[in-house]
Amino acid sequence: MTKEEIKTVILDIIAEIAPDEDLSDIKSDVPFRDQLELDSMDFLDIVMELRKRYGIEVPEDDYQQLATLDSSVAYLEPRMKDL
Amino acid sequence: MVITGVGLAAPNGNSLAEFRQNLLNGKSGIRKFDVRYMGEVIAGVCDFDPLKYQKKKELRRGTRAGSTAIYCAQEAVADSGLDFDSLDKSRVGVFLGITEHGNVDTEKQIYEIKQYDYDTRYVSHHYNPRIVANNPAGEVTLNMGITGPHYTLGAACAGGNIGLIQGYQMLLLNHVDVALAGGVSETIHAFGAFASFRSEGALASHEDPTKACRPFDRDRNGVVVSEGGCVFVLERLAGALARGARIYGEVVGYAMNSDAFDFILPNAEGQARCMQLALKMAGLSPSDVNLISTHATGTPQGDPQECQAIRQVFDGCPNTYINNTKSMIGHAMGAAAALELAGNLPSFEDQTVHPTINIDNLDPDCALDNLVFNEPRKVGRIDYILNNAFGMLGINSTVIVKRLENSS
Repeated sequence: MTKEEIKTVILDIIAEIAPDEDLSDIKSDVPFRDQLELDSMDFLDIVMELRKRYGIEVPEDDYQQLATLDSSVAYLEPRMKDL
Repeated sequence: MVITGVGLAAPNGNSLAEFRQNLLNGKSGIRKFDVRYMGEVIAGVCDFDPLKYQKKKELRRGTRAGSTAIYCAQEAVADSGLDFDSLDKSRVGVFLGITEHGNVDTEKQIYEIKQYDYDTRYVSHHYNPRIVANNPAGEVTLNMGITGPHYTLGAACAGGNIGLIQGYQMLLLNHVDVALAGGVSETIHAFGAFASFRSEGALASHEDPTKACRPFDRDRNGVVVSEGGCVFVLERLAGALARGARIYGEVVGYAMNSDAFDFILPNAEGQARCMQLALKMAGLSPSDVNLISTHATGTPQGDPQECQAIRQVFDGCPNTYINNTKSMIGHAMGAAAALELAGNLPSFEDQTVHPTINIDNLDPDCALDNLVFNEPRKVGRIDYILNNAFGMLGINSTVIVKRLENSS
């Protein structure tokens, strides 16, 4: 997957987790939780969806890597490049 | 303690007015419904709009029972005329009867992990808060900012009455000033109840779903499982009068007891004792009761037991009429008793008993005097309604509600 495709995947997952939110002007370098009503349980949904959809396991120590859209893409790119 | 608000979700109505009209018209809410592993079954399905009071995210996170309870609680509070925003929320309690809770999400999780060869890493982190037994009541507190006590009462098919009784008792103990009390059920969203009733030989079948639930009819063949909810606003009479509330009725008597007889089979003796205990608490004679809302579910074995109990207690009571709501909404499990009481409360005002439908051939064993069937009956003044609800493991409950002069 390309970076753009990974970005789309992340936004797709967030759209499912936060169905009441408008994601059209989300800032890629600002933490999701500063822009959206997401709590820790919602955040775990991102981890679960990555596991379910792509078999990617994000260890707890790496959760902070998924804080922003940019950091998520950077973290996932080497793990999803062959998908 | 008086009922000052009613909120409900029934298979044939999303408000008391709509529900009552359909009960008077004999309109069934039973239809065909697909259930995982079983395919098409007959069920009572609700169509209230959950987004009226919840965001999509809340719906995604919570349970169907929670969503149903929220809808009913919000509707009940709106109906009560309480200025809810200015109420002390720590003095509001939520008490909901359930038949069971958690089966739906447990079955769903097992289905989900089956897609991953039963790898338990795929069990949702949302599973625990969804299946804890207090979930439906707890979701109401989260949605409405209520900080008083909340819990559910596991009481099989007597749940709706038991929730109401719990609300009464918490008001009596002065632990709350407003009780949101009733019952709720999401049972139809898992296959378990349908499959188990079928294995017991007690799942209703009929080519026309609206005719499947037929208590007291000779050809009844079992239970129609339904979902639903009903929440009452219960408060002390003095407070209700002081704020000029519309009062649906006063809870003047109740009883709960156990048959100690069988896991499944009901028992007329225990049921009769329960009704007598409730009459005693209310200080009433049987002939004072104008309307008995029966529990009968439409099983061959169960219905005659309740009829026998009613004959035993109410023999020679010419002004006591009898009906059954399940014939139109099926068995809404934890919500059943509360819905059935709610649907009959308007008879205080319209002096009419809604009918039991689907009686083509009245079973002689169930041919109670004054059984109102197939057509509503205008009977004159109704002062007392007695609401029965019984359940597995021999749990019995009866609630008696009195008309007040200023009743709606």
